Amino acid sequence: MPSVLPIVQPAPILQPRTDAAFDEKLAGLGIELRSTTIDTLQVNLGKLCNQACKHCHVDASPTRTEVMTRETAESVVDAVRRFRIPTLDITGGAPELNPFFRYLVTEAQALGAHIIVRHNLTVMFQPGQESLPEFFRDQHVEVVSSLPYFLEEQTDSQRGHGVFSQSIEALRRLNAVGYGIAGSGLTLNLVYNPVGAFLPPSQNSIESDFKRELMDRHGIAFDHLYTITNMPISRFLDYLRRSGNEERYMRKLLDAFNPATLDGLMCRRLVSVDWTGKLYDCDFNQMLELNVAAELPQTIADFDPEKLARRRIMTGRHCFGCTAGSGSSCGGAVAVSS
Amino acid sequence: MAYYEEDDLQRFSEIAKHRPDLFEKFMAWYQACQEDGALTRREKALIGLAVAHAVQCPYCIDAFSQSCLEAGSNMEQMTEAIHLASAIRGGASLIHGLQAHNSVNKVSM
Repeated sequence: MPSVLPIVQPAPILQPRTDAAFDEKLAGLGIELRSTTIDTLQVNLGKLCNQACKHCHVDASPTRTEVMTRETAESVVDAVRRFRIPTLDITGGAPELNPFFRYLVTEAQALGAHIIVRHNLTVMFQPGQESLPEFFRDQHVEVVSSLPYFLEEQTDSQRGHGVFSQSIEALRRLNAVGYGIAGSGLTLNLVYNPVGAFLPPSQNSIESDFKRELMDRHGIAFDHLYTITNMPISRFLDYLRRSGNEERYMRKLLDAFNPATLDGLMCRRLVSVDWTGKLYDCDFNQMLELNVAAELPQTIADFDPEKLARRRIMTGRHCFGCTAGSGSSCGGAVAVSS
Repeated sequence: MAYYEEDDLQRFSEIAKHRPDLFEKFMAWYQACQEDGALTRREKALIGLAVAHAVQCPYCIDAFSQSCLEAGSNMEQMTEAIHLASAIRGGASLIHGLQAHNSVNKVSM
């Protein structure tokens, strides 16, 4: 249950460096976290990005060189074909910078998969990427884009100087080809994440603000806003430590643990694939190199839904990020705010 | 011993030690006041932030600053709330100037 009163909750014993803590929490509730189905393959095409956001759990940047090969992309397409995967969720880095991005989208779309691209907006202004809005439209891609706030100061603070103004221009271009426009059939969802060491607000509430402010200030429309909690890993964990906020943030996540989020956790419905083809329970585990359980298929070439669909989920202390308050997933909050 | 230790924020529930029944009643009231109702949680968090400044409680300022952020408020909105609280405090002092006027007038020819 989210609390606006963290100061008056009984203080838990904080053991932020104990990876077993999340499992212990679930065990105390008599729960073993297992997947329930596989309706999504979430594929990370690599760590290369034109941005270097302060909170990025991938540690992505323009200097990273890890990108998926054609051979691995073909294995992904093969898995979509053989097992009729309903949804292919493509992320990065900036996945569009992978030379095989359009191949992957086109092939999977032709197989009937629903394609989601986690698009950072500004990549549209990189050389050779100008036609992305039309490409997305033609491939019926669902676009999911990060915009941490509807004001420039907060957005640029997290994502880099000048990102907000470029993002607004990119959103205008997406609107211009129909994205976010009622009746177009083209879905444009935005992602809010806190610009700092605090939990996201109610998704419904902040979505209303974004819709009003982006329309009034910039004439921009979109479909839904997803609220996502910052995970205490990678670059964001570095920030927490440098700023002296790690203990307080972890306590906040622990205090806000909400069992009602467990049913909607993304790890229960997807398999995550990294740029080398290895399999994980989620994109966060991927960054921690916490592979799917050892007895399971380990790569996309060996993908087998029969073995993976009811698998035991590998967890760590970062999992408290997905279970805090209204919960957090690639599709936003997973439990109704109390 | 220093006054206003930051860590005391996490120890508030220790106040329950001698009269847990009273603290329990306080907590139920305090939390219920902040839930969505005729006013939203965000509006209530902004009121809380303003009052925290008016009563100049550092614990409350810290807690309600976080509450405002987690309710989706931004610094512009929070600063407006703080200005209003401060202006009311200033106005409350200033209107007492009439007391001074009245006092002076009473003894003046």
